[in-house]
Amino acid sequence: MLEIRGLTAEIDGKPILNGIDLVVPTGEVHAIMGPNGSGKSTLSYVLAGRDGYQVTGGEVRLDGVDLLALAPEERASAGLFLAFQYPVELPGVGNANFLRTALNATRRARGESELDAVQFLKLARAALRDLAMADDMLKRNVNVGFSGGEKKRNEVLQMAILKPKFAILDETDSGLDIDALKIVANGVNALRRPEFSALVITHYQRLLDYIVPDRVHVLAGGRILRSGGPELARALEESGYAGLGLEALGESVS
Amino acid sequence: MERRAAFAQSGLPSRKLESWRYTDLRPLAALDPIAAPAIVDTTALAADLPALSGPRLVFVNGRRAPALSVAPPSDIIAAGGFVADPARFAALPLAVLNAQFAQEGAEIVVPDRFDAGRLTLVHLTQAEDTTPVFTHLRHRIALGAGATLTLVEYAAGHGVYWHNPVIEITLAPGARLRHIRIQAETQESFHTATLFVDLLAGARYEAFTLGLGARLARSETHARLGGTGAHAALSGAQLLRGNQHGDITSVVAHDAPGCTSRQTVKNVLAGRARGVFQGRIEVARAAQKTDGYQMSQALLLSPEAEIDCKPELEIFADDVKCSHGATIGALDPEQLFYLRARGIPEAAARAMLVRAFLDEAIEGVADGAARALLESAIGGWWEGA
Ligand SMILES: Nc1ncnc2c1ncn2[C@@H]1O[C@H](COP(=O)(O)OP(=O)(O)O)[C@@H](O)[C@H]1O
Ligand SMILES: [Mg+2]
Repeated sequence: MLEIRGLTAEIDGKPILNGIDLVVPTGEVHAIMGPNGSGKSTLSYVLAGRDGYQVTGGEVRLDGVDLLALAPEERASAGLFLAFQYPVELPGVGNANFLRTALNATRRARGESELDAVQFLKLARAALRDLAMADDMLKRNVNVGFSGGEKKRNEVLQMAILKPKFAILDETDSGLDIDALKIVANGVNALRRPEFSALVITHYQRLLDYIVPDRVHVLAGGRILRSGGPELARALEESGYAGLGLEALGESVS
Repeated sequence: MERRAAFAQSGLPSRKLESWRYTDLRPLAALDPIAAPAIVDTTALAADLPALSGPRLVFVNGRRAPALSVAPPSDIIAAGGFVADPARFAALPLAVLNAQFAQEGAEIVVPDRFDAGRLTLVHLTQAEDTTPVFTHLRHRIALGAGATLTLVEYAAGHGVYWHNPVIEITLAPGARLRHIRIQAETQESFHTATLFVDLLAGARYEAFTLGLGARLARSETHARLGGTGAHAALSGAQLLRGNQHGDITSVVAHDAPGCTSRQTVKNVLAGRARGVFQGRIEVARAAQKTDGYQMSQALLLSPEAEIDCKPELEIFADDVKCSHGATIGALDPEQLFYLRARGIPEAAARAMLVRAFLDEAIEGVADGAARALLESAIGGWWEGA
């Protein structure tokens, strides 16, 4: 279970998150929607532990563990995964080496045995097949020269291999055509099980047709303004933020 | 006593010399070393040898160490005799000193069209007590027309010393030498190496130099592309920390038409380390269609680390393509965070990014075993951090 209570955070003294309260019970998938600039990526970075954000109040617990006290890598080995809105290019780092190093670091931290190159390759090839990705993806440098869609799929591949217990997907659907979107959604759905939870950040109802959320939250101005069932996403799609009486909250999604 | 006096008088190059502006040898002068004594029983040094199979010529304190060596094929003459020719190196004080003191060295001659495989050349220097010592070796490597050789050179030691080798390389038409150099001297030592490489038509010299050790190191290469279509690649990397000073200096002279030269040097500097890169490409009037490229990149891992870069082009031909550049940067926090967010601990993430930074310079090293040796030397660098 992820519990966020009264979370406030600033960037260079400018408040961005203004008191977030959000609970994602184990086994559930929640969606966050909200206008550009409302603080969605900031929330995901603060949860993952990126530098440059000052947490000024509140707490975050994952299954009781105080996430904010941990280094980013410790959060990852505690089971947190962030699919980046803008995946980072790593020239000179091969994707296979990257994935294996990440997997083995995570396994080591969890007290599991490391995989050798052969075991890893078997696992990675299976994951690639599930995501309809070509094997040569492993030979390329991480995200270097990848198209937007390939980068997003590479995020989902990492998630499939690392098998987190809590995943945050930050606009993983943006810029994907419908086929790629289905593949991404299948990747998430394949992980769905009673001990897996996720926070799916999206602009579009479209993704939520394939990853049906248990709850939908509307984030605006660094606060959760409204929460509801999947029908809330559809209402947003039809009438926009203005239609929900949220017109004062920055630019709209359209 | 006589040797020590000679050392003091000979005058190490001072910073007044343009090519020594960034590297100050006064700490070496203050060392006042004596000629390294012969080590009677070298077998204890076997543990210092690089993990490479095949023929190996080992020198300990400037002398051949047959007990540690593995004879190369008899076609390759590996004898010790050479005639020093100080006149050629008059402008280079360290080579002059070498000529004055060197008594031994390897002479490797590969006959025409012979593929000599891989040969390892090891220099070990050992100061047995607290008295600093020096060794000057002079090697000569000559490849006949169309001959090939992969030469792995490795330098290490114990204690405080100065190692000042000179290597003369001549490549006949169509010869190809792959030269992998690992400098892993002790952190208290001084290492100054001077290489002369002469290439005739269509010859290829492909070097990768890794500098990890020494309190002060300089690797100076003078390559002369003297025949049409010759190619020289002088890649390298230095990984320095603490108060280490590392200097990579090169002069590539294009004297014949249609030659290519490539140089990619990567500097990784931690602590208060100081790196120097001086690269000069000279294109003679006759060297039309020259294609020269040179790049120095520095990754500063600490705010106190420093790099001085001096790239120079001197072009007398009109139809040439020459470019050079230099970059200085730090590790990218975005990249570091991305790796850490995937569960990779910070130290390992940094090591991965540094290794990635070196990739472009290392990828040209074709010999698998030599490459593995490089990887393990680079991997080991982090253990001293
Ligand atoms: N590095 C930064 N420096 C300054 N302001 C930032 C930075 N990153 C984000 N912001 C600001 O924080 C607010 C929230 O941004 P973000 O979390 O990226 O929103 P979203 O993901 O919902 O579009 C915006 O006003 C944005 O301009
Ligand atoms: Mg965003």
